Amino acid sequence: MSGVLVVAETRRGELREVSLELVSAAREVKDAAGGRLVVAVIGADADRFVAPLGVEGVDEVLTVSAPTDNFEAHVWQRALEALIEAERPALVLTGHTIDSLGFAPAVAARGALGFAADVVAVTWADGPQARRGAYGDKLEAELEFAGKPCTLLTVRPGIFPVASPAGESVPARGVAVDLEGVARTEHVEFVEVSAGDVDITKADFLLSIGRGIEDKDNIPRFEKLAERLGATLSVSRPLVDAGWMPGARQVGQSGKTVKPRVYLALGISGAVQHLAGMRAAETIIAVNSDPEAPIFGVAHYGAVADLFEVADELEQALE
Amino acid sequence: MKIVVAVKQVAALDEEFELLDDGVGVDPDYVEWDLNEWDTFSLEAALQLRESVGGEGHEVVAVTVGEEEAEEGLLSCLAKGADRAVRVWDDVLEGADPLAVARVLAAIVEREAPDLVLCGVQSSDAVNGSTGTALAGYLDLPRVAVVTQLEWDGASGTATVHRELEGGLLEVLRIRAPALLTIQTGINEPRYATLRAIKQAREKPLEVTGLEELGLDRGAVEAAAGSRTVALATPDRGAGAEMLNGSPAAVAARIVEIVRERMSG
Repeated sequence: MSGVLVVAETRRGELREVSLELVSAAREVKDAAGGRLVVAVIGADADRFVAPLGVEGVDEVLTVSAPTDNFEAHVWQRALEALIEAERPALVLTGHTIDSLGFAPAVAARGALGFAADVVAVTWADGPQARRGAYGDKLEAELEFAGKPCTLLTVRPGIFPVASPAGESVPARGVAVDLEGVARTEHVEFVEVSAGDVDITKADFLLSIGRGIEDKDNIPRFEKLAERLGATLSVSRPLVDAGWMPGARQVGQSGKTVKPRVYLALGISGAVQHLAGMRAAETIIAVNSDPEAPIFGVAHYGAVADLFEVADELEQALE
Repeated sequence: MKIVVAVKQVAALDEEFELLDDGVGVDPDYVEWDLNEWDTFSLEAALQLRESVGGEGHEVVAVTVGEEEAEEGLLSCLAKGADRAVRVWDDVLEGADPLAVARVLAAIVEREAPDLVLCGVQSSDAVNGSTGTALAGYLDLPRVAVVTQLEWDGASGTATVHRELEGGLLEVLRIRAPALLTIQTGINEPRYATLRAIKQAREKPLEVTGLEELGLDRGAVEAAAGSRTVALATPDRGAGAEMLNGSPAAVAARIVEIVRERMSG
């Protein structure tokens, strides 16, 4: 088995950016993996993604025609299983995305593949190696896949650069897979979570609060602080889960991706899903009582301090 | 109706910790154990389903792959209302990856033959988001990953669920039991156990079993593992943040300064 197979991701007629990041990840090990770099796109409208997937480093685009309009986990699973059987890659890359979580681990389990999820680095030495977070991202683990002819990795979005378009067109080929009757869920509809009273993606300055604020009763205080600072208040997921704040205020993978000039985070430890939504902010300032909080890894300025004490002093400084 | 809830006792590192000499583990003296946050939501979903169906003969079974410290998590599930619990362990599972864990869970689920299997989307320590879907793969069970709403229609044995997508989008879909769902935080409000229930939990059945009893052998579990950890290290965080030191007043003053500078530039 040789070469790298990248599985592209599309949603509602759009190619998702992670697809082109996966190509960049694949290019880093393509030569060592001793073969070609092919990108597969699955879907009712797979053909229309051939052109946008013709990016630097891609040797061929494979299209698999699916009978469902939208992503369906069991159809995608069967399609990938058939692609692995036909193309025999040494390495398969998918995004560590919600769609992938529905089928990639099942493909790995059933195929007895090498497997790791939410990978942040891919290298090659006698076979693939991967790096991923451990203990809630406080540590990093180095993984090997000895004895596995094929390894599937789900790669964290936002780590690898987006591959640039190739100068010339990349060859494409259809791969026939019988996918009739494979679907086991029935799509009803897509629903957009309501925009709410405020659009945090438009704010220049976000004061963002997380689990560290401890109690619902503390929220008005930070609403006031935001107002005084001239900031818009945003939150991390736990505050939305607890029903303390509306989903429209949530920053993160499942919430909003924000790019303010200043992002001031109080009491947010910085789970991967949160960082995905704010790491592009121009200036990130983080206050957290835990010196090991992952948010300090992306912050430009950090303070290990009690957020309530800092909030007190901020209020006084603004008097 | 029978629901299996797969749970995990997760490890949180203390502020200071030390690695073991083998380089791939953390000294257990510096680790605190707790029931995975996601699993409190999946258990609650199971309990609410059992209550909504009503009547006798329904069962919620909490299962885990873990060492003795995992029993604390199972006891908390029992105290909240699970009917019984199962813990599987074998030393070969030390540091097991999601595929090896799913392989073992598959043997329990096969034995239990439930209508629904609920898992948390991910665990807070390993954050693979993979064990549930791998388990569905082994069992060839239909599944939906990352569920934020669940409605059960007992007459047709069908669940209508919301699947949470990126960027504030969700998909509504239907799936027929037997099926597996991975449950996202925020789907419900997990209950607390009463003191009385915590005491009574110890009287509920908690089965401790090994691989052999489930028809598995060590070789099968080892072969299922998708990866092997060869090193564990503190991540290189790059240049990292410029740390603001001093009293809270000094920190606040610097923050105000930085904000003014960046917002006016």
